[in-house]
Amino acid sequence: MKFTKTVLATSILALSAGVASADSITVVSWGGAYTKSQVEAYHKPWMAATGNSVVSEDYNGGLAEVKSQVEAGNVTWDLVDVEMSDAVRGCDEGLLEEIDSSILPAGADGTPAMDDFIAGTVTDCAVATIVWSTIFAYDNSVLANGPTSISDFFDLEKFPGKRGMRKSPKANLEMALAADGVAAADIYDVLGTPEGVDRAFAVLDRIKDDTVWWEAGAQPPQLLADGEVVMTTAYNGRIFNAVAAEDKPFTIVWDAQNFDLDLWVIPKGAPNLEAALDFVKFSTATEQLAAQASYISYGPVRKSSAPLVGSFYNKPELDMGPQMPTAPENFATAIQSDFEFWADNQDELNERFNAWLAN
Amino acid sequence: MTDTTGPIIAADGTPLKRKLAQAMFRSRARAFGLVFPLLAFIIAAFIIPIIMLLWQGFYDDRYATLMPESTAAVSEWDGTSQPTEEIAAAMVADLVVARSNKTIGQVATRVNRELSGTRSLFTKTARSAAKMEPPYMQALIDKDAKWSDIRTWQAVKISAKIYNPGYIAAALDFKYNADGSFSRQAEERRIHVKLFLRTLEISFIVTVACLLLGYPVAFLLSTLPVRTSNLLLILVLLPFWTSLLVRTTAWIAMLQGQGVMNDLFVVFGLATDDDRFSLIYNKTGTLIAMTHILLPFMILPLYSVMKTIPPTYVRAAKSMGATNWTAFWRVYFPQSVPGIGAGALLVFILAIGYYITPALVGGQDGQMISNIIDFHMRKSLNWNLAAALGLVLLVFVLFLFWLYDRIVGIDNMKLG
Repeated sequence: MKFTKTVLATSILALSAGVASADSITVVSWGGAYTKSQVEAYHKPWMAATGNSVVSEDYNGGLAEVKSQVEAGNVTWDLVDVEMSDAVRGCDEGLLEEIDSSILPAGADGTPAMDDFIAGTVTDCAVATIVWSTIFAYDNSVLANGPTSISDFFDLEKFPGKRGMRKSPKANLEMALAADGVAAADIYDVLGTPEGVDRAFAVLDRIKDDTVWWEAGAQPPQLLADGEVVMTTAYNGRIFNAVAAEDKPFTIVWDAQNFDLDLWVIPKGAPNLEAALDFVKFSTATEQLAAQASYISYGPVRKSSAPLVGSFYNKPELDMGPQMPTAPENFATAIQSDFEFWADNQDELNERFNAWLAN
Repeated sequence: MTDTTGPIIAADGTPLKRKLAQAMFRSRARAFGLVFPLLAFIIAAFIIPIIMLLWQGFYDDRYATLMPESTAAVSEWDGTSQPTEEIAAAMVADLVVARSNKTIGQVATRVNRELSGTRSLFTKTARSAAKMEPPYMQALIDKDAKWSDIRTWQAVKISAKIYNPGYIAAALDFKYNADGSFSRQAEERRIHVKLFLRTLEISFIVTVACLLLGYPVAFLLSTLPVRTSNLLLILVLLPFWTSLLVRTTAWIAMLQGQGVMNDLFVVFGLATDDDRFSLIYNKTGTLIAMTHILLPFMILPLYSVMKTIPPTYVRAAKSMGATNWTAFWRVYFPQSVPGIGAGALLVFILAIGYYITPALVGGQDGQMISNIIDFHMRKSLNWNLAAALGLVLLVFVLFLFWLYDRIVGIDNMKLG
């Protein structure tokens, strides 16, 4: 198995919080800077408050492990951080426990939970924590007058050089249509037609021969740093982290950003259901979501968290607000990833994308 | 004393033949007892899981189990005429049950594989199915016009088949239709045959490259004095013991645009700084990395066979007037063929199932069929199609194995 296992803490504090016995839960997430932000903002305070411990594991997304654990009746994961489309599909396929939204606490300002969460971020089986985004970024020490719009990304004459893209049709097709002049609101209407799909692939054709395909979120900053590509799509938090923590000369272009959610789900039959639910409750409270935003530039899903978002944890001068996908100046042309569209069409579009890649 | 011609009797009065059979049985039982733990382990941990997984390549009872009424109804239907009211009624009844059992998602995912967009159609319709009233066909169409599209019902009919040839057909870029016929997959979605052929091509090139590079090395190792050859053998074994992932990643550092090789090319003037070679994230990268990783599997069998070839034969040939080339080609080479056979088969079969290296360095045109199998196992969760692809690959490898046995002969192979 590829995941690294980190036992975070086994120390047991005084059992004053009324917890009869200390539990240990296994929380699975995407690794790197993102997991670090969760450890700092969720795991450590939760362990301190309850005396329970958290074992953190990394994975690369997708439902395969959850599916095999549930179908084998041997579930070892208690909580998994997934994308929206996987949360919906896992719930539909009966792989996930339902989470009663009434357990979620009200916002710090007293707003009831369901009004405090942005619409659509709490579903039958999942509670969202952050808004993240697929953007594209370039190295400003190589390109002094860098690209400013999504059409520049697909323009090899204006900006020669290799591109990096995620090896998946998701987000790429949307960006391709946006570069072809389709407005953010119409993207999925166009993509729903065969002509629209042809059109999107035609745009991708422009850069196909000059593209390096990445799969893990840690790859794109590396590709940029190695000079392997001049610009690449990436998750905004990874690029932010490379800039803020490693002082890389990268610039994010927010035009036609694709934003999506990350959500907590509990595999059906999780060994420590009660503790996992308690962790969900704890970590999606206003303060915790706001605290996470000081470690990585992903936007909290609670409206009441926004005013509490401060600056980067070890750089007080770096204000986190403008780094968020949801910041107004970044958000003008944002496309919300349509999980319903992808759940319906991913089989066909993946197949076509794979065939397109191989030809 | 008797002069009977009856069976020879052992000391205790039983016929010797039976006595011998008993003794043989005991020793065979003992031998079997010794291998039994391994045999049981292999059957339980290897053979049965493989059969169970491959079974999914043509067996899929998900729809039929969860939607029994509509399964029965569509099996009567010919797949081309207008679906009847009975089919619609059975569908509504099933949708109500699936909704309350929370199995509708599994059903919807299954049908969506046959026709994109039916997933949301099923989940959406199921939500209001309990309130529907006859005539059901009209009620369904009122809910969503897609129910009037015959392709929706054809997708249902295909999904309802338990023994389903659709997955194997898809693995060969064919489409299984509701009326039982097969047709070619749409041009822009054909991928598997191409990838099978590419897998074959890459495996073949890697095998030949390993042979060309490995043969001289093995020859050198087998002719040098033991002290030197052991030292050199370590150089072969060291990478062999190193993690596959480490070696692949090392090749990335070597071959990438700003990597060691390209830097050297620029220094020697073979490339310019703006126009470096693309040595990785394409088929070239896959070929280079796989050849390097699989080289020990060629060298080691070759070496162990060459060690056993007495040098006197070549000397004898030369003493009788053979040139160096003739002595090698007519005397030495034929004796090394069993090593070539073993090494080539080992490298080829390992190469055909390779997936980590192509996934990391293959880019877009260096992907192999195993990468698609991996994709369907981990990403799309279409395990049935993954199993069908695996089945096709297995049959294909067994066919090659048979062909090899016919042409070269499997006995004519030595690992040492």
